[in-house]
Amino acid sequence: MKQLRDLLFPLMAVLCAFAVGALVVLFIGDSPIETYRLLLGSALSWPDGIGYTLFFATPLIFTGLAVAVALRGGLLNIGAEGQLYVAAFATAWVGITLSNLPSALLVPLCCLAGIAAGAAWAAIPGVLKARFGSHEVINTIMLNFIAVALVGYLTQYHYRTPGDPIMESAPISAAAHIPRLGQFIPGLPARIPLNVAFLLALVACWLVYVLLWKTKWGYEIRATGQNPSAAEYGGVSIRKEIVLTMAISGGVAAMVGIKEVLGYRYRYYDGFSDNYGFTGIAVALLGRNHPVGVIAAALLFAVLQRGGVPVDAFTQLVSKDIVLILQALVILFVAAEAMFRRGGRRQGAGGTI
Amino acid sequence: MRSILTLSLLFSTIRLATPLVWAAIGGLYSERSGVINIALEGLMLAGAFTAAAMTYYTHSPWVGLGSAVVAAAFFAFILAVVCIRFKANEVVAGTGINILFLGLPAVLSGALFLSSGSTPQIPKDELLPEVARLSVLSLLALLLVFATQHVLYRTPFGLRLRSVGENPEAADAAGIRVNRLRYTGVILSGVLAGIGGAYLSIGQSSLFTRNMTAGRGFIALAALIFGKWRPVQTMLACLLFGFADALTIQMQGVAKLPSGEDVPVQFIQMIPYVVTIVVLAGFIGHSRAPGALGVPYDKES
Repeated sequence: MKQLRDLLFPLMAVLCAFAVGALVVLFIGDSPIETYRLLLGSALSWPDGIGYTLFFATPLIFTGLAVAVALRGGLLNIGAEGQLYVAAFATAWVGITLSNLPSALLVPLCCLAGIAAGAAWAAIPGVLKARFGSHEVINTIMLNFIAVALVGYLTQYHYRTPGDPIMESAPISAAAHIPRLGQFIPGLPARIPLNVAFLLALVACWLVYVLLWKTKWGYEIRATGQNPSAAEYGGVSIRKEIVLTMAISGGVAAMVGIKEVLGYRYRYYDGFSDNYGFTGIAVALLGRNHPVGVIAAALLFAVLQRGGVPVDAFTQLVSKDIVLILQALVILFVAAEAMFRRGGRRQGAGGTI
Repeated sequence: MRSILTLSLLFSTIRLATPLVWAAIGGLYSERSGVINIALEGLMLAGAFTAAAMTYYTHSPWVGLGSAVVAAAFFAFILAVVCIRFKANEVVAGTGINILFLGLPAVLSGALFLSSGSTPQIPKDELLPEVARLSVLSLLALLLVFATQHVLYRTPFGLRLRSVGENPEAADAAGIRVNRLRYTGVILSGVLAGIGGAYLSIGQSSLFTRNMTAGRGFIALAALIFGKWRPVQTMLACLLFGFADALTIQMQGVAKLPSGEDVPVQFIQMIPYVVTIVVLAGFIGHSRAPGALGVPYDKES
């Protein structure tokens, strides 16, 4: 019964979002059927449709997973956006600075630096909450802006190639590049930027599943999320859990930098994130904070993102920004889940929202 | 340094603080009633787009302003329904509204004006009027702050609003209709944030551009926290953040570090956010949120 409900509510939220989205399309005087056909239909073609859809899904799996881990621990991480920026810069920084290292050393170092930076950035609101009781939502929002300003400063003043008009860092060492999947899969051309980071995203989902449901650490995180006072009574240090959960969440969000810097642009590119951190909130909620659900929800949003391109090109009036509207509607309908339930009862706070 | 501390800096501070004051005081009504309002950014965008589009069609900034208020209030009402009626997580719902207004103005302007997210330019004589080099909305913002001070602390409505935000159970026991007051608080936040947004598109500039608030809704939220959820302090916080913004603009290419380099604007841009974190942590006077902020009210529990 619970599994059925876990599937049913997200499905209803998506259907409602699409219905309201159709009204918006009708309102501006275009055809919803044609729009949705373009939006959903272009994702399944081989190789471009599938290749790009999986490429777009990669960062959303990371950020969705990051938000989901935090929510399981009872924390709302609105800061994935800032964490992934800091992390991507750290990843690039190692790739630029330690450029004479061999690939076998440099790639893991770049990844670790990024993950450490993301985890540390996320641990700041964790410590602030654990030590001073200040709310992580406000602090993560503020840290997003600080992160963007900080990496912007570093890029502009210290790591930009002189004379480059674009806000981007110097390129990373070729030894730090990770392969595109086109190298291994026949028929997938190398121009499609889908890279090894996608496989890392799946591994990350599996690791988070094991961590949360098969280890003592994960049990304590979930216990804290479900009922902090009961967990504390059972001997869990809530303060430690808060910092740890935020750090894990930030470390997962950080891996967007691996896909972006090591697998796609081969440099730090200022402002690269297409709202990944915020879309991650929608992904986590729709996926009901479960790694498998996160993969499914990330794929759905990636399909829409991929479909935005033909919608832009082939409809008369609808622009690809319809995807943002659908995302927002999904968030609102998932948040208002009580709407779909008789009696409108709210589940226990914390873990599931 | 002295050359940049001029009268023009003062005016520029007031101009830049104006939208912050409208949005932050809007946020104050919502949060004092116990509903977190992360959606100020989206509601400002709703106001800014509607104001620009309607002024373009009707050639009247007043119709534009009125429509902005109606549109932002409508979406604040939706936020209120999701948060109060369906007891959604207020931060999540607010994020939904914010993302909605990254997309909706872009889709609408694509269809209405065949652009990729902005409205056409509005002629200067159809913008909101100025008095003494300041927009009427800047002057009205000052009035708003003192009116809010009065309403909040000297009227029955203000007392009820605060009691609902601090202790809804006690308020309910005293016969106050908790959720009705919360609807009022959230809708008022839409009205005021909408005016703040309209100021951006038909006061300070003359068109709507994509994501033109650029985080001002969040700075307004920061000012509200820095101002400890009190009207006058919140306005002072807005002026401080406006001053930092004005300084950023004036310093570009003028002020130099001792080493002869430009002062990086990024560090000045960080000020409001760093200040908020520091204040929230209690380093400079503790900022305490309304007692029931973010807790949906359920009669039965």
